[in-house]
Amino acid sequence: MVKTMNGERCRFSASEKKAKHKAKRVQYKKKAGHVLKKLSQSKSLYLFLVPAVIYFIIFRYMPLYGVQIAFKQFSPRLGIWDSRWTGMENLSRFFESYYFWRLIRNTLWLSLYNLVVSFPFPILLALIFNEVKHPKLKKTVQTISYAPHFISVVVLVGILNLFFNQSNGLINVLLEKMGFEKFGFLTSASAFPSMYVWSGVWQNAGWNAIIYIAALAAIDPQLHEAAQIDGASRFQRILHINLPGIMPTAIILLILDAGKIMSMGFEKVFLMQNDQNIETSQVISTFVYEAGLINSDYGFSTAIGLFNNIINIILLLTVNKIAKKITDTSLF
Amino acid sequence: MTTVKRHRQQVSPGDRVFDFVLVLITILVVVLILYPLYFVTIASISDPMQIFQGEVILWPKGLNLEAYKRVFQNQDVFTGYKNSLIYTVLGTLITIAITFSAAYPLARKKLYGGSKIMGFFMFTMFFSGGLIPTYMLVKSLHLYDTLWAVILVDTVSVYNIIVARTFMQNTIPEDIYEAAEMDGCSDIRAFFKIVLPLSAPIIAVLVLFYGVNLWNSYFNGLIYLSDRETYPLQLFLREILLNNMADSMIDSIGIDVSKFMVGESIKYAVIIVSSVPMLILYPFLQKFFVKGVMIGAVKG
Repeated sequence: MVKTMNGERCRFSASEKKAKHKAKRVQYKKKAGHVLKKLSQSKSLYLFLVPAVIYFIIFRYMPLYGVQIAFKQFSPRLGIWDSRWTGMENLSRFFESYYFWRLIRNTLWLSLYNLVVSFPFPILLALIFNEVKHPKLKKTVQTISYAPHFISVVVLVGILNLFFNQSNGLINVLLEKMGFEKFGFLTSASAFPSMYVWSGVWQNAGWNAIIYIAALAAIDPQLHEAAQIDGASRFQRILHINLPGIMPTAIILLILDAGKIMSMGFEKVFLMQNDQNIETSQVISTFVYEAGLINSDYGFSTAIGLFNNIINIILLLTVNKIAKKITDTSLF
Repeated sequence: MTTVKRHRQQVSPGDRVFDFVLVLITILVVVLILYPLYFVTIASISDPMQIFQGEVILWPKGLNLEAYKRVFQNQDVFTGYKNSLIYTVLGTLITIAITFSAAYPLARKKLYGGSKIMGFFMFTMFFSGGLIPTYMLVKSLHLYDTLWAVILVDTVSVYNIIVARTFMQNTIPEDIYEAAEMDGCSDIRAFFKIVLPLSAPIIAVLVLFYGVNLWNSYFNGLIYLSDRETYPLQLFLREILLNNMADSMIDSIGIDVSKFMVGESIKYAVIIVSSVPMLILYPFLQKFFVKGVMIGAVKG
């Protein structure tokens, strides 16, 4: 840069230089004017953005300021800014604690189990519903299948408790009638992941099938007609036309889900958790709650949350990259 | 139509078996999905003793509305219902207003820097302060123990802004705005005269997503409210269903066993009572489900 500027200085006379400067300034001014003009053209449109921008600044960006206490020993008396820096102490306390691997293991296992089980069901449901040819019946069946999606977590876990209760839950009463032993489904650490995952399938499979049903509707009917003429049975047509037809959608959804395997939600796990199943039901999000709001260990809790957030981002970026490579479709 | 009929006439035996299996599977699926809900309903009006013995399986036995009577007399359920209605209605109005007004400019091609503003919103989908920093913020803004904490924290979703924006882009082409502008219609007027009237389906979708979410959530209430008088219904449900607090409703009954049993049937009744708003809205909103999911899927 310096060299060329020197070179220029040699070649141009003072007046020429001035002229050039002026031209440049005019150019900048023009550009700035262009931006201003564009801004003012859609001036009133920005007004519409004001509530959302204020909302996001307050409720999404301002909490980021508090993340610094992940590296501090937070004292309510001193506040966020003046609390003492402790570097990586909170994080290393987490990494070295005996429950670190348990939390990672539980979170990963619950997510992976959930991913593997709850992924194929919506596809199966969609393939089945698609074969129901009577339009009114099809609609009724679908509407029924969405219903559980709208039940709150509290009620869902409440229903689970009523059904699987060890002393008088319907399932246990029936088990006993059939001559089996009663089993504490809700208080067993080994049963917890299954209870969590399968109740999720019950609640969400129908809802998640919507997208596949739409993908099936988009398949060219000519494919089916041609296959029919060639003598393909209905089952063969499902296998060779419908299934490949929704594969791209399925792959994208699978990849996106894979990016979320470390972000196990709080609400349902928290409600299903009890002292007896804590061995498998304690995941990162419930631990963040416990450490932060029950034990008031603010810095420690924030550090764990931050650690989890960073892992999630890395996972998402990686998965997104893979998605881009394989399917040419990506989140961003 | 003729081709379909012709093929119908020559259904192969294999396809007939297939049809039969298909019907069986469909019935099985419907039963599996519906039965738990059906059981809760019949159990809520049955004699608790017979539920306890596993007698109530296919239809209600020993018709008994005692549980409903106690649920309706319960102050907590009433308080929770009232609070949740307020939180849901007010919260839905505010979150939709924010979402919708942000989606409109972002859907306009003419907006300068739209992608940067979108980036500003999308950033928060990936980076969040987390539980404690948000909690400390709510405290320092003096929103703790107010309804604002319940209806504002983590409620407006970027995903819904994208859904609404995509809907507007797909249904209202830029030409319409340009034509309107020629006729002297400003961007603000265009919002009220063109966008709003055409957006009924997407507003229904947002009502569905936000409304259900607010009605069903207990998390914000759990961490931001300390006064029982302001608890949303879901928190009281949690006490009744999961922490066995149903006993508080049945103090008047002397004998322990029957106390326990009425407590159990109250759980069934309270589930039904808490689902009434959803049951009322469900038929009206269900035709918008598919639309909402599809728009979201196009650009998720």
